[in-house]
Amino acid sequence: MGYSKDQLLARLKELQIEFSQYEHPVVLTVEAQAKYVGNMVGVLSKNLFLKDKKHRYYVVSALADTKVDLKVLSQRLGLGKGGLRMAPEEALGEILQVPLGCVTPFAVVNESARHVSLLLDQGFKSQECCIFHPLSNDMSISLNAQGLDTFLKSIGRNPSYIDLEANPPIGKDQPPDLAAFVPSDSPVLSDLPEKAPSAQDSTGKSVGAATNSAAVTAKAVKPSGNAQNVKEKPVDSVRPSIPAADAGKFVEELLDRASALLISEDSIKQHGGQLGAEVANNIKKCLREDIKNLATIFKNTAYTEGFYAGTRYQPKRL
Amino acid sequence: MEKIEDKNQQQEEEQVVNPWEVSAKEGGKIDYDKLIDKFGCQRLDQSFVDRVQRLTSRPPHVFLRRGVFFAHRDFNDILDAYERGEKFYLYTGRGPSSEALHLGHLIPFMFTKYLQDAFKVPLVIQLTDDEKCMWKNLSVEESQRLARENAKDIIACGFDISKTFIFSDFDYVGGAFYKNMVKVAKCVTYNKVVGIFGFTGEDHIGKVSFPPVQAVPSFPSSFPHLFSGKDNLRCLIPCAIDQDPYFRMTRDVAPRIGYHKPALIESLFFPALQGETGKMSASDPNSAIYVTDSAKDIKLKVNKHAFTGGQESIEKHRQYGANLEVDIPIKYLNFFLEDDAELEHIKKEYGAGRMLTGEVKKRLTEVLTELVERHRRARAAVTDVMVDAFMAVRPLPNMFD
Repeated sequence: MGYSKDQLLARLKELQIEFSQYEHPVVLTVEAQAKYVGNMVGVLSKNLFLKDKKHRYYVVSALADTKVDLKVLSQRLGLGKGGLRMAPEEALGEILQVPLGCVTPFAVVNESARHVSLLLDQGFKSQECCIFHPLSNDMSISLNAQGLDTFLKSIGRNPSYIDLEANPPIGKDQPPDLAAFVPSDSPVLSDLPEKAPSAQDSTGKSVGAATNSAAVTAKAVKPSGNAQNVKEKPVDSVRPSIPAADAGKFVEELLDRASALLISEDSIKQHGGQLGAEVANNIKKCLREDIKNLATIFKNTAYTEGFYAGTRYQPKRL
Repeated sequence: MEKIEDKNQQQEEEQVVNPWEVSAKEGGKIDYDKLIDKFGCQRLDQSFVDRVQRLTSRPPHVFLRRGVFFAHRDFNDILDAYERGEKFYLYTGRGPSSEALHLGHLIPFMFTKYLQDAFKVPLVIQLTDDEKCMWKNLSVEESQRLARENAKDIIACGFDISKTFIFSDFDYVGGAFYKNMVKVAKCVTYNKVVGIFGFTGEDHIGKVSFPPVQAVPSFPSSFPHLFSGKDNLRCLIPCAIDQDPYFRMTRDVAPRIGYHKPALIESLFFPALQGETGKMSASDPNSAIYVTDSAKDIKLKVNKHAFTGGQESIEKHRQYGANLEVDIPIKYLNFFLEDDAELEHIKKEYGAGRMLTGEVKKRLTEVLTELVERHRRARAAVTDVMVDAFMAVRPLPNMFD
């Protein structure tokens, strides 16, 4: 569940951040917002929710007057010339958990936005107050940059302000100056809608097609899989690895192993045209035991969870 | 008629095989034919392997194909009954004397898992923490702790929790189990138990009264929460052949108290890395590959400590070939290399001197590393709650599915 406007306001009060608030009818654009908040002290902000080709997300929050050139920004982040575009509407709800027209730096309070990079206009610092939506478009709040900083720090974010209008030369000897703002962890959420259909397809189609979709899925998954494995390794000795009970991760593990085995340089070199038949054989021979073991671990873990729940179950009151 | 061991006879024999000691005669290896003869059990021949394949509609386990499980008692009765639609249950166990499990320990469990999957039958696993407390002089708490730790490695072998009950003696002895223990105890005289197990006047009474504890899991009435109303259910016990004395005693007693004799299916000893003079010992780390060994450890142990049948020099090796009789890597591959064709090829080439020891060792390292890795992954998924679940006294409604 996303953070609500009221929760945010309460939090700001808790942190003793000074702000003023103004309710108004729902607005979707800065122009519309301007009509209602003209009496507020503070400068309006414009907020962009962007996405790059590798499904990484960015919130760019700037003074309404600051010129933001997406092409320049893309290069400064090291994403090439056309690497940045506006994020799709669904992502707004899924990742930032705010409605349309409500992008705001406060949205990074949500767990789902953990990997979203936040770029703040240094212009905020020179203003007394700036105006943002507090997770809802029927209100605007005005606070100064320090207040925003305090809030961001309280949720574990390190606020950093950049000159969004700068256009430094980027080339071989001049590395992208904003490269640090590119999220390092591959997000998991955005991949999910794409993963599910492939997994379903591979069971229905013939072996050849299945391995292709498995390979594609595996490739898409592998980076995040590896990132997660690296994170989990030190924890392994203390807690069991979580995939044991997660059906999605379980299936991904199976598909990973299947495609790693089949779509390897060696097997393609070796078998060429016969790859289809070899693939079928290999699946059965090498993977059967492996997959059965994984399935047994999965079953045992699920049973154990049920057992545990059973020991703490409260019988229905009659 | 079954031969019951006589203590005097044991002393004259060259090799010693009992639950607490296994050693071959001077400088030699275990003579399994003599053992079968002495114990009075039967050889498991190819016809059994074929029959198992037919009945279970799947390829027989590598241990059956290679003669690792080589002896039995009444396995044919089990198969006959199975063919008639009568199920059975499996019973195996472990004496938790140490935390470190080596591959030799896993062998009966790997085979039992196969039997559970192939025949779709339930399984009880006994952890004899009381036995180790008595024989190894561990504290009660320590032996219970080791039992739980070992349970995790056992679970990692891949048993199906909906068909498996693991219990420790300290937890479970009592009730119906104890009633059977007393029934069995009444049928075995002091002299007889001394004759079978070699107890002396100096041994404490705990040891003397222990054997019924290992005997009664063979009887379904010992587990009322599992087999209530199924007094006729047969029991099959996969174990290493050194456990035979316990079950000879049990089989002798069973008809006298109105129960079926348990059937047995017995394995060879897994040879130590240094050679075929006995079984692996948990106290010598270089005699065995442990489930906690890293890939590096395995490579080192195989390369440095495995006793080989290769010749002293490459020229001699190419000329005479390797001595497959004593070569440990070949023996280990016999246990763990699934592919029959590949094993045959290696034996042929190595025996003819065309393949070198280094190559065989390399292949063995690969096979063992994969095995240990797979075990470790499974082990990592076993939680304390899972152990509790396996050990909970609960019904198993789907145990024959």
